[in-house]
Amino acid sequence: MVSERIRPFSTKDSVVCRNVGKTWNAGTPRAHEALRGIDLDIGQGEFIALLGPSGCGKSTLLYLVAGLEESSGGEIWSFGDRVEAPSPERSLIFQETSLFPWLSVWQNVSFGLSLRGTSAGARREAAQIALQRVGLAEAMDKRPDELSGGMRQRVAVARALAMRPRVLLMDEPFAALDVQTRAKMQEFLLDVWRSSGASVLFVTHHIDEAVALADRVVVFTSRPGRIKTIVPIDLPRPRDLFSREAEALRMELTGLLRDEVNRAFAEQEAFSPAL
Amino acid sequence: MQVGGEIARAAGPHPAAPAVLRWQLLSRAVPFAERAMWSVLSIGMFAGLWELCWAFGWADPKLLPPPHIFIGNIAEQAKFFNTVNRWEIGVDPNAGPSPAISVFNTVLASTGRVVAGLAIASVLAVALGVAIRYFKMCERLLQPTITLLAPVSPVAWLPVAIFLFGIGNKPAVFMVVVALLFHMVLATINQIDAVNRNLINVARTMGATKRQIYVRVIIPAILPNLFVVLRLNLFGAWMVVLIAEATGVGSGLGQVIMLARNTFNPSLVFFTIALIGVLGFLFDFAMRQIQRRILYWVPQGSEVLRGL
Repeated sequence: MVSERIRPFSTKDSVVCRNVGKTWNAGTPRAHEALRGIDLDIGQGEFIALLGPSGCGKSTLLYLVAGLEESSGGEIWSFGDRVEAPSPERSLIFQETSLFPWLSVWQNVSFGLSLRGTSAGARREAAQIALQRVGLAEAMDKRPDELSGGMRQRVAVARALAMRPRVLLMDEPFAALDVQTRAKMQEFLLDVWRSSGASVLFVTHHIDEAVALADRVVVFTSRPGRIKTIVPIDLPRPRDLFSREAEALRMELTGLLRDEVNRAFAEQEAFSPAL
Repeated sequence: MQVGGEIARAAGPHPAAPAVLRWQLLSRAVPFAERAMWSVLSIGMFAGLWELCWAFGWADPKLLPPPHIFIGNIAEQAKFFNTVNRWEIGVDPNAGPSPAISVFNTVLASTGRVVAGLAIASVLAVALGVAIRYFKMCERLLQPTITLLAPVSPVAWLPVAIFLFGIGNKPAVFMVVVALLFHMVLATINQIDAVNRNLINVARTMGATKRQIYVRVIIPAILPNLFVVLRLNLFGAWMVVLIAEATGVGSGLGQVIMLARNTFNPSLVFFTIALIGVLGFLFDFAMRQIQRRILYWVPQGSEVLRGL
């Protein structure tokens, strides 16, 4: 048994998935398999994009890595430890606003510290540093509903950074933003990623976003989600999305994704009752 | 530019300040006055219709005395609010506090029972609701009984209230609590289940314990909607208090209504109804003000519907 060995994986690997599977509502008539046989190694400071059709289980994988859900099979390791519960080392950032509406911006950012009983002065200071890194130091005392969508996501990133995570898990964090804001947020995220040294697992269904950001793009099959292929992106940053290389990568990813979307549609039609 | 800035600074905020303040006060007073005007118009329309019915002779003033009659003899009616010692044999009906103070005392007695009942019911309900979700054993032991008791009409509890607490404030407060508690426990459980999963997951990834998640995330997240539930139950509390008082608490608006019924005094009935209406209105207003103060993060109003 692999699980009985002590630290079978290097303490330098951010995330190691071995044969990870997840079946929701297992053992009930509503059981449905979301993930099957995921093997994935993520190095320290690596930027990984998870790309796939909707409902392919990429968000599920993120929740498993975060430790918020238990996998139905296989193992996940992070820096030499088995992932069994959530940890401040692995911060999750959601698609929708997940700021506490009753707390001010700085209180949101330092929420994790307040759980550990840090004094208010130290928390405010830590919040200020984290907010400076996302360029929102002047919004310290505002409330979340006074901020725009992009600003709220930056606060969410600051809140995650305040915990000094070694892995940033991002579940389509910019999907609800308009195109211009999203481009800005991508630049901003790359800055944060470089300065923090954390690994990033970034779920998206935007091919452009994956090409703009990632070191490697993990393409998922449709349900149950498996890894179809991993496409490395060896373009220097900042990337020119209109270069020939980027164009070629986009074409390749589009082709891979189209096959899966077509397959998902065909399956849905086969299973839906005749009208 | 420089000069212009200099002049603007010299003119400064000082001479302008009173004007700004006046404008701010005005801009706040105008919408308030407008709302007040509509309230007066709404009530005036209703009263006017009633008066019209009386003028045409459709409403018998002995049975349905219009506002100008039942409000016109307030002084006459107010002395009936002195219920404290009127029933005692040999006591002069005019003895005791003055009519105005009697009305005040009666209103205070009923209001106090409503407030006490609401406070006890909401604290108990949140405590029970949270306990039911926090401890699996509490859910197993309590939830079936609460679900069983929730649909029981508060009137059915009336004999129980009197058996247990006799006559006085206690049975009336008990009635309010029993009428609201079970619904509010179920509402609390529903609200806990509806808390945004992301907020809970964020706290979990930051290493929050179960207790911290309940205290720091779930309870603040359910407060706004629970306050709305409380506001809606306020009217229920008033109804129950009147029922309890009407059946022999010894004082209060409900008892005055009962007295009016027994002595065939429609003017007193309508005067008391008007009083209860005004009180309910003021209570709702006060609750909304409290909501705005302590639940500052909840957006106000129904702007979306205005656009339709």
